[in-house]
Amino acid sequence: MAIESLQALMDAKEDIVEVILESDCIDRGATREDSLSRMRALYAAICRASAGYDPSLRSQSGMVGGDGARMRAYVAQGRTILGEFAGQVIAQALEMGESNACMKCIVAAPTAGSCGVLPAVLLPYQRREGLSEETMVRALYVAGAVGQVIAQKASIAGAAGGCQAEIGTASAMGAAALCYLGGGDATAICHAAAMAIKSLLGLVCDPVAGLVEVPCVKRNAAGAMIAMTCADMALAGIRSAVPPDEVILAMREVGEKMDVSLRETGLGGVAATAFGQKISEKMLHIPQD
Amino acid sequence: MNLFDILGPVMVGPSSSHTAGAVRIGGMARRLLGEGTPKRARITLSGSFAATGRGHGTDRALVAGLLGMRPDDERIASSLHLADEAGMAVTFENANLRGEHPNTARIELTGASGQTLCMTGSSLGGGRIMVVELNGLRVNFSGDLPTLIVQNEDQPGHVSDVASMLARKNVNIATLQLYRDHPGGNAVMVIEIDKAVPPEGIEWLRHIDGINGVTFLNAEEDSHGD
Repeated sequence: MAIESLQALMDAKEDIVEVILESDCIDRGATREDSLSRMRALYAAICRASAGYDPSLRSQSGMVGGDGARMRAYVAQGRTILGEFAGQVIAQALEMGESNACMKCIVAAPTAGSCGVLPAVLLPYQRREGLSEETMVRALYVAGAVGQVIAQKASIAGAAGGCQAEIGTASAMGAAALCYLGGGDATAICHAAAMAIKSLLGLVCDPVAGLVEVPCVKRNAAGAMIAMTCADMALAGIRSAVPPDEVILAMREVGEKMDVSLRETGLGGVAATAFGQKISEKMLHIPQD
Repeated sequence: MNLFDILGPVMVGPSSSHTAGAVRIGGMARRLLGEGTPKRARITLSGSFAATGRGHGTDRALVAGLLGMRPDDERIASSLHLADEAGMAVTFENANLRGEHPNTARIELTGASGQTLCMTGSSLGGGRIMVVELNGLRVNFSGDLPTLIVQNEDQPGHVSDVASMLARKNVNIATLQLYRDHPGGNAVMVIEIDKAVPPEGIEWLRHIDGINGVTFLNAEEDSHGD
């Protein structure tokens, strides 16, 4: 049976990865080996997607492309405000978001629009710490379980819950995975996720011309930064004052109260700006290629 | 949602509903036609598919599915050219298919043999799809499980024909749905099952009077995304 609450993870007596793995096997009628090999394939696909970034590509609207490479070049100059590691995280988030917008292969986590957050926090950290692929695969179980709980108690769809449901969920998954890799226990992991959700609570889904481009790509970088911040706070022993599952319920309530123009309709927020409307108009007349 | 609905699908962007789901709708139409790449395809886009489909590559994704590509195939971006090369003529139009899910496409196919198929499919999010109309009859199936589709005349006994064949082959039925246009008219049975039907079982059904078509869809390997 699927993991139903973060409390269930915090109450688990065994290693939470084993608990999540076992629950996946029951959920899908799969063997342990099936589950692990599928998760390994998924991690390999994330790595392939990262390697496949092409800075020369532009999205269908022309708004997106090349920023990942721009960020890498800037990081290489050694003068970033956040430091080299965070610079790599930002670059990875932008690259994956751009690959998605330019019809390259990516791994939705939890959605295509938020596909950059998890790779951004995982890949540079794996390189820096020299972690094995097997360890990264275990971190994916932790991230997946957090996403699963949010999907059940709230939503992971921008159309239902706004961007907090997509980038917010991705950031919570990333915070949990990083906290796990940093040696945090189940309580620290769940509180890292809760703090990330709280940081992005209320974020609206306002894509220009309804496309997964603006502001989606750059929000992946922001979501990754918040994931790192919350993982570090949790590893320092800081806890969310509001219990993690209650935070998820708050996210659901905020999503339900959000006006429909701010839930993936392309009618509010930056989509409704003069610029947004101009792009929207242009997309109606784009010739077939 | 299971763990791999959260992590995955592995897909070509930009949108799981408008791109990955559209590839799967196209692929479903190809599989239901059952004779490889069609000669002609007329595609009607409705709702959000019509409004934002071009920017999301929905048109190219549907065609990629008709060509047999999966949602993670990077040739999706160039599928319109590949359709030309494969000799498949494609036309697009926009229309308001009333009462349908916002992300819906109707696909009318003509195969090399002259056989035709009309299917309407909706993309529900996260790459999951639903077939909602098949050759003029309302249906409701996803193709996530192995699925047997039997088109028959609406007369007594055909459910029993199919159920007894499945029982003989030791195939368990997960869900069973029946649809018809009017009493005594055209009917369709959609049976989701737990494992594949042996080919001789399908052949046996095809020879029964009043059964006009039998299609078996095995579960797609990528049905949950990877």
